[in-house]
Amino acid sequence: MASVKEEEASKARAIRHVAAEKPALEFGSAWEYSPAPESRDHVRLESRYGLFIGGKFVAPKSGKYFETVNPATEETLAEVADANAADVDAAVRAAEDAYRKRWSRLKPAERGKYVYRIARLLQEKSRELAVIETMDGGKPIKESRDVDVPLVVAHFFYHAGWADKLDWAFPRHTVSPIGVCGQIIPWNFPLLMAAWKIAPAIACGNTVVLKPAETTPLTAMALAKVCEEADLPPGVVNIVTGAGETGAAIVNHPRVKKIAFTGSTDVGKIIQRATAGTGKRLTLELGGKAANIIFEDAPIDQAVEGIINGIYFNQGHVCCAGSRLLVQESIADIVLAKLSDRIATLRLGDPLDKNTDVGAINSKMQLDKIRELVASGVEEGAEIHQSSCPIPSKGYFFPPTFFTGVAQSHRIAREEIFGPVLSVMTFRTPDEAVEKANNIPYGLSAGVWTDKGSKIFKITSKMRAGVVWANTFNKFDPASPFGGYKESGFGREGGVHGLRAYVELS
Amino acid sequence: MSSLPLPFEAERVPRVDAVGIEERAAALGKRSIKKAAKVAGIKLAISMLDLTTLEGKDSEGKVRQLCRKAIRPQPGDPSVPHVAAVCVYPNLVAIAKDALAGSGVKVASVASGFPAGLVPLSAKLDDTRLAVEAGADEIDMVIDRGAFLSGDYEKVASEIVAIKDACGDAHLKVILETGELETYDNVRKASRLAMTYGADFIKTSTGKINPAATPGVVLVMLEAIRDFYFETGRRIGMKPAGGIKTSKQALHLLVLVKETLGDAWLTPDLFRIGASTVTNDLLMQLTKEASGRYQSEDYFTKD
Amino acid sequence: MPELEIRKTYKLYVGGEFIRTESGRYDPVPDAKGEFLANVSRGSRKDVREAVRKARAAQPGWAAKTPYLKGQILYRMAEMLDGRAESFAALLSETRGIPAAAARKEVRAASDRLLHYAGWSDKYGALLGTVNPVASGYFDFSVPEPTGVVGIVAPETPDFLALVTHLAPVIVAGNAVVVLVSEKHPLVSLEFAEILATSDLSAGVANLISGRKEELVPHLARHMDVNAIADAGGDRAMSKAIQADAAVNVKRVKSYRIADYFSDDAQGLDFIESFTETKTTWHPIGV
Repeated sequence: MASVKEEEASKARAIRHVAAEKPALEFGSAWEYSPAPESRDHVRLESRYGLFIGGKFVAPKSGKYFETVNPATEETLAEVADANAADVDAAVRAAEDAYRKRWSRLKPAERGKYVYRIARLLQEKSRELAVIETMDGGKPIKESRDVDVPLVVAHFFYHAGWADKLDWAFPRHTVSPIGVCGQIIPWNFPLLMAAWKIAPAIACGNTVVLKPAETTPLTAMALAKVCEEADLPPGVVNIVTGAGETGAAIVNHPRVKKIAFTGSTDVGKIIQRATAGTGKRLTLELGGKAANIIFEDAPIDQAVEGIINGIYFNQGHVCCAGSRLLVQESIADIVLAKLSDRIATLRLGDPLDKNTDVGAINSKMQLDKIRELVASGVEEGAEIHQSSCPIPSKGYFFPPTFFTGVAQSHRIAREEIFGPVLSVMTFRTPDEAVEKANNIPYGLSAGVWTDKGSKIFKITSKMRAGVVWANTFNKFDPASPFGGYKESGFGREGGVHGLRAYVELS
Repeated sequence: MSSLPLPFEAERVPRVDAVGIEERAAALGKRSIKKAAKVAGIKLAISMLDLTTLEGKDSEGKVRQLCRKAIRPQPGDPSVPHVAAVCVYPNLVAIAKDALAGSGVKVASVASGFPAGLVPLSAKLDDTRLAVEAGADEIDMVIDRGAFLSGDYEKVASEIVAIKDACGDAHLKVILETGELETYDNVRKASRLAMTYGADFIKTSTGKINPAATPGVVLVMLEAIRDFYFETGRRIGMKPAGGIKTSKQALHLLVLVKETLGDAWLTPDLFRIGASTVTNDLLMQLTKEASGRYQSEDYFTKD
Repeated sequence: MPELEIRKTYKLYVGGEFIRTESGRYDPVPDAKGEFLANVSRGSRKDVREAVRKARAAQPGWAAKTPYLKGQILYRMAEMLDGRAESFAALLSETRGIPAAAARKEVRAASDRLLHYAGWSDKYGALLGTVNPVASGYFDFSVPEPTGVVGIVAPETPDFLALVTHLAPVIVAGNAVVVLVSEKHPLVSLEFAEILATSDLSAGVANLISGRKEELVPHLARHMDVNAIADAGGDRAMSKAIQADAAVNVKRVKSYRIADYFSDDAQGLDFIESFTETKTTWHPIGV
C-alpha cells in the first residue's frame, strides 16, 4: 500500500494527531466493561440424574454415579448415573419395544408432530439450556445462547418436516427405518451433537440409545425431560450416561443396528474395527486439522476475523476448526500484525459473563493435552505468540495462542490440538496452498479467502475436505450436509444427504 | 484539473466482504454494557456529542436554546459533562459562538454546499471561509459524490485539499455520505481518499438521507482509519451521524471504537457522535441507572 | 333471559387489514338449511386491484425471509388453527351442512396440510435446485425462485380444505397471493384470515376476497401485475377464459381438478414447483 510522506501530506495544524513513537494500538483500561453475568437463578438442575430408559428416569443397575464439574470453577454441578452393559441392554430393549409396538406403526406425519413438539419445547427453554450448557462444558454463554441452542432448535424443526417427505428425498425407492440406533457424542457441542443425532434418527422412524460425553451430560438430561414433556412414546429416545465402557457396550450390543459416532479419530478406528463383520451400519465424524487459506486478494480485515472464528470459537474445541493458517507470503506480515492486535481484544474468563469470548477448556485432561502439544511446538522450534490476558486462578483455561515459523513436519501442524492454538504457515502460489492444505490424513473442512469469484470455485473444488467455507468459517445449518473425507470420517449430517444414514432403501 | 500532492491509487484500497463486516459489527453489538461501564459509557458518549440543528427553519432562538442544552444537558446536574460541539449552518455560527463563549463546547459548521455539494468550488470555499471567519472551530464538508461514483477521484481529492486550506486553524471533517456510496468497498475507498488529502475526521453522513451511520459502515471506516494510522502514524478521527437515536446505539458505537482502534480513540478529540434526539435517551438511561426506575420523556428537556 | 351473542361481521382480508368492499355491496349467505346466516362483502374489481398492489409490495420482503423463518410462520398457522379447531369445525358444519365429525376431519386435514408445507420451506430448494454438469469450465447452478404475485381461484367445495391446499404451497415458495374464495361458502375461508393475521405472516402476503367469481375472475386473470394463476374453480368455461385472458402478460396458469382433497395426492412438492421460476447462473472456475 502507498504510504504518505510526512512533508507532502501534513501542514503544521494537522500534526496534532501524529504519534511520536511507532504506531501501535493500545487496548487497555479506558472504559472497561463491568462484569455482566448471565443469571443462573432461573435454572432448574437436579442434584442427581438417573438413566433415561423407556420414558422414565431409572437408577443404574450398579448403583454407581459419577460427578460432572463446571470446568470454569471446578465446582460439582450434579451426579449422573454410570450405565453398565446391563443398563445398555435395558435401553436397547426399550428402544426395540418402542420401535416395534409404536414408532414404526405411526403415520410419518404423526412422527413429525412429536419432533415438532420437541423443537417447540426446546425453544421455550432456550435460555435455561444455554446456561446449563455453559456451566457444564465451559463455553461462553454468548456462544451457547446465540449459536448452540438456536441450531439445536433448528435441527429438530428441520428434521420434523422430513418425516412425511422421505419419498421425495429418495425417489424410486421404498424407504424404511433401520431400527435401533446407538449414538455416541462428544463434549464440545453437547446438546447440538445430541440434536444432530437424535433429530434425523427419530424423524426417519428409528429409535435411539444415546450416550453423551462423560464431562457434559447435563443438557442431554434436560433433553430427556423435554422428551417426557412432549409425551414422546416411551423408549423412542433413551439416554444413558457413562464413559468409555458404556460406549463400548452400545457399540457391541448385537441388536443395535446402526452406530453413529462423533469423537476422536483414534476412537473412531476402534469402533470401526469393533463393528467389522457385524453388518451394523456405521457413520463416523472424527477429527480434523483444517487449513484456512488466505490469499493476497482477500478482504483482509474480514479474513483476520475469519481466522479468529476459525480457531478461537469454542476455545478451538471444534473438529472442523481452522487450526492451520496458510497465508500467502506477500501479506503474511500484515495479517499477523492484525491478528496480534485482534487477539488483544479477546476476553478470556468466566464463561457465564456475557462479554467473555474465550471460555474454559472442557477438562483437566484436555488442558494437559493442549499444554503438551504447545510445548512440542516450542521444542521443535516454532515461535510462540500468546495473548497476555489474565488467566483466572481456578478452572481450566488456556490463552489464545498462535505459532509462526511452522512447517508441515511439526507436530503442531499435523496433530489435532483441540484447543485455542493456531499454527501458521506461508505459501507463495495457489498450487502450493492446495498441496499443503491436502497434505494431511484428515479431511473435514477448509477455508478459502479471496475476493476473486473464479478463484473461490477453483480452490474449493480442489480441497479434499467435506466442508469448504469461502470468505467465512464455522457456519452450520441443518439444511447443509456436514462430514469429512479421509480420516475425518464418513457419512454426512444435515441436509438431504444426512438422511441417508437413517433409512433403509430398497 | 489541479495537480494533487500525490495520485490516489484506488485499486490498492483493500476490499471489504459485506457479510463478514456486518457479522463483526453485529457481534460487537452484543457486548453487555452494564452498571459502572454503562454509566461511564453514557457520560463518555454525551461528551462526544455534536448536537446538531440543520433545518431550513433554524433561527437565533432555536440555536441559543440548543446551546444551553449543549452546555448543561441535565438541568441541575453538573456531573453530566457538556457535549463536544454544536453543529449549525454558516449563518448561525456567530450566534452559536456567542452563546457558547467560555463553555468549552466547540462550534462546528457545515460548509461546501452542504448537503448536496453540487455547487462550484468557489462557492464551497466562500461558505467555508465565511464560517471560519464567524468563529467556527470545525468545518464539516461534503465530498462530491457524483464525481466519486463516476471515478473522478482527482476532483474529489482536489476539493478536499482546497477546503482544508481554507479552514485555516479549524479542523476539517469530511462527510462521505455513505448512503449514496452504497457499497462498503466505496466507503473504504472514500475513507482512504479523504484521509490522504487532508481530513482530520471522516464522517458518515449529512443526516439528510437513509441509510446513514449503520454499524457496518462505521466499522469499515474505523478499519480504514486503523490502516492509515499504521502507514502514516497519523490518528484521524471518526464521526457517525444520522439515525442514532438510542443509548444502545451510542454504546454500540463506543464498543466498535474501543475494540477496533483501542484506548487512544475514546476521546472527543478523535470520536464524535452527530445526533440530537439521542441526548435525552442517554440522560434517561443515566437516571435509570442511578434511581433503578424506568424514566419518562416528560422529565427531560426538549430544546 | 337468553344471552345475546355478539354476531361477527365477515370482512375481506387485504394488506393485513379486515376491510369491507369499497363497493359497499353485499350478498346474504344462508346456512345449509337455507336460513340467513350472515351478510358477506360482494368484492369488486377495485378490491382485487388493491389486493394485487398490497401483494406486490409485500412479496419481496416475504421472499427474502429465511426458509427457516417462513417455516416457523406456517407452523404457527397450524398451531393457531389447531387451537381453534372446534370453532372452525362448528362454523364449517353450519355453513356446509356436513356432520360435526366430517367438519372436524376437514379442519384436522387443513391443519395437517399447513404443517406439511411448514416442513417444505427449508427443503424444496434442495430438491428443485441443481448443480448442472456442463461441459465447460463453469460452475453452473439452478435455483427455484418465487414467481411473484399469484392469483388463486378457490373451488366451491370443500371450501376450507381446498383454500389451505392451494394457499400454503404458493406462499411457502415465497409468493404473495390474492385468493377469490368460495362464492357459496365464503365464511370459513374469511374466518381463516384471523389465523393468517395472528401467525406473524407479513401484511399483504395473503389476501382473501369474497364475492361473485364471474365478476372478479376476469380482472384477476387479465391483471398485468399478476404473474400466475392457480385455477381450482372447477368450472370448465371459466378455466378456458382464464387461460385465454392470462396470455395478456404471459401468466403461468395451473388448472387443478382434484378429486379428493383429503388424499396425499393433494399435497407435495409439485404444488410448490408450479409457482417457482428456475434461475440458472454460470460462473467460471479458475485461478
